[in-house]
Amino acid sequence: MSRIDVRKTYKLFIGGTFPRSESGRTYEVCDVDGHPLANAVRGSRKDVRDAVTAARKASAAWAAVTGYNRGQILYRVAEIMESRRSELIAEVTRADGKKGAEDQVDRAVDTWIWYAGWTDKTAQVMGGINPVAGPYFNITSPEPIGVVGIVAPQAPSLLGLVERLAPALCAGNAVVAIPSEVRPLVAISLAECLATSDVPHGVVNLITGLAGELVPALASHLDVDAIDVAGVAPDALTEVEVAAAENLKRIVRPEPRRSPHGVTAFMEMKTVWHPKGT
Amino acid sequence: MASSWGYSPAPESTDTVDIRDDYGLFIGGRFVEPSGGEYVKTINPATEEVLAAIPVADDDDVDRAVDAAGAAFKKWARLPGAERAKYIFRIARVIQERSRALAVLETMNGGKPIKESRDLDVPLAAAHFFYHAGWADKLEFAFPGRKAEPLGVAAQIIPWNFPLLMLAWKIAPALATGNTVVLKPAETTPLTALAFAAICQEVGLPPGVVNIITGAGATGAALVRHPDVHKIAFTGSTEVGKDIQRAVAGTSKKVTLELGGKAANIVFEDAPLDQAVEGIVNGIFFNQGHVCCAGSRLLVQESIAERLLDKLKRRLATLKMGDPLDKNTDLGAINSREQLSKIKTLVGVGVDEGAELYQAECDLPDRGFWFPPTIFTGVSQSHRIAREEIFGPVLSVLTFRTVEEAVQKANNTTFGLSAGVWTEKGSRILWMADHLKAGVVWANTFNRFDPASPFGGYKESGYGREGGRHGLEGYVNLT
Repeated sequence: MSRIDVRKTYKLFIGGTFPRSESGRTYEVCDVDGHPLANAVRGSRKDVRDAVTAARKASAAWAAVTGYNRGQILYRVAEIMESRRSELIAEVTRADGKKGAEDQVDRAVDTWIWYAGWTDKTAQVMGGINPVAGPYFNITSPEPIGVVGIVAPQAPSLLGLVERLAPALCAGNAVVAIPSEVRPLVAISLAECLATSDVPHGVVNLITGLAGELVPALASHLDVDAIDVAGVAPDALTEVEVAAAENLKRIVRPEPRRSPHGVTAFMEMKTVWHPKGT
Repeated sequence: MASSWGYSPAPESTDTVDIRDDYGLFIGGRFVEPSGGEYVKTINPATEEVLAAIPVADDDDVDRAVDAAGAAFKKWARLPGAERAKYIFRIARVIQERSRALAVLETMNGGKPIKESRDLDVPLAAAHFFYHAGWADKLEFAFPGRKAEPLGVAAQIIPWNFPLLMLAWKIAPALATGNTVVLKPAETTPLTALAFAAICQEVGLPPGVVNIITGAGATGAALVRHPDVHKIAFTGSTEVGKDIQRAVAGTSKKVTLELGGKAANIVFEDAPLDQAVEGIVNGIFFNQGHVCCAGSRLLVQESIAERLLDKLKRRLATLKMGDPLDKNTDLGAINSREQLSKIKTLVGVGVDEGAELYQAECDLPDRGFWFPPTIFTGVSQSHRIAREEIFGPVLSVLTFRTVEEAVQKANNTTFGLSAGVWTEKGSRILWMADHLKAGVVWANTFNRFDPASPFGGYKESGYGREGGRHGLEGYVNLT
């Protein structure tokens, strides 16, 4: 008798736990050929608010983690993903198709490693001493913004999310991310990697569901400090940016290629003055 | 001044200044009449005397100015950086040469003490051009590994509190990075911007590289919405900043906003009190408190509150308010009737909400707009005078016991432009600097500015930085 396989229930990721939506809703997710794969959680506006609360609660402690330590935690994410490489490839294959699936997972892993190495260098490269015309010590250094909302692109399902998530975390922010609406499943597997990688609870929160419901809730939330619009549909961009203006959220757009500017896009520059004297 | 130790009047001469009866819009290198033929009078807020008639740019004028800037862009952007730099150096030099005239004009049109326009506004404006001129041919070193390309036409809207200095903060980096400019000065303080336009002619700046159009909110609104504008740099109120973000939503326009503030100036019990008192006075009474980064909330440790306030009140009695052109004047005129009425309203709210008002005794001149230096004690965090920007010489005093409480209170605001810390303990300064949510932290000093030092806010104080290497980023596209 053949064994009945155990199917995975895909849930949300909020505050380090995997809850269902408070709304009790799900939606059907299909593979690249249109065959049903699983039911994903159709998150609600309330789920977004809960996620923002979890992120805010986690943000100060995460921001205070040293660059060295944060780098090791991001590196650990890469290690865990590598150890689940074949599973992630299978999931990406189902979502995005076989072509490029392996490469996508490898690049996602390497992306974490690239940013893991920036945690303790960004301030050195992007900050600096300012030679002011007077007897003052004057230094500028980047600080995390706080809570960042990320709207991940629809594709590629895994790399699209990781490429936005990694620099935001590297910068020391807590994140509420909305993964691809049509290909959300691998994001939850990524959450499992994050949950076992010493990333503190609440630093990353993932809400799957319909972009039309979730993105406006995230963009208008007054306790979100910045929003990454990489995955916002062009016809929704104006609405999102108008909503973001209510508390002057920083609008973050993807860079043409990765660089430390992509990290400081999620940061604020702080300048400190002090007189010199005897 | 009633005191027998009063100063004799020492007014700065206005002979250096030549104000015309009316001005034109500076478009394409020439002064032109506004298409609508509309003019408004600009006055001296210390005397209410009319200084000149200023054109109001309408939508057609905005079109003309943006077209002129667009036409000049290609050639300006392609000019070798070293050559662009020479024009900007020339501007810096002419500002230095004309420094006294510009300072007097600034004081006459804006009401600020000549001491400040002469020693801060004008020299710093020149310094901004000098600093940024040097960047024009070194941008490859500002952004290692990236190529910095200019954006195109920069629309720049500046406030009335530091008219020439804000112009310099905006125009110098824009030109250094190869952009062309349409700048709109504030409605009440256009004269130094128009004097600057003449300087652009004098240094031979190619026509259209800098255009200056005068007008009020409608002119600014048309300018930021113009489809051929690629960059918006705005300094002003948070409310208008939000309007701008909404107006450009969904476009590729790059925006930097430098908006309101409600800075905490935090004094610990071990602070050098006499220095702190000078810092508090400088923090809130500099430029009549018309400063977005003003230290408008004094947070003082409970154990020294009484002593500090005594010293502060004694210091207040020595502040000299009056003729802005007098070289001994500490506080000049409020910039406009409208601003005076806003200050009076919020001070009234402070009294109504139960805070205790203290004002130094001083004679207010009969004409012009004046408000005496004011301190509110017994202020709680929910009071409007602790939350809203007053933009006048009004200080709200709150107390705290622990370092954590100081940080919590300091950060309990929607703003995040600046903060001040006064303590002799080095480790506490650095800890506070880490925890204050503000773009600029002044420790054992306040209200220091330098072209090499990035300036800008957290939260609803806006985004982007002006000055320093970081300020260049707002004017380039990195590829």
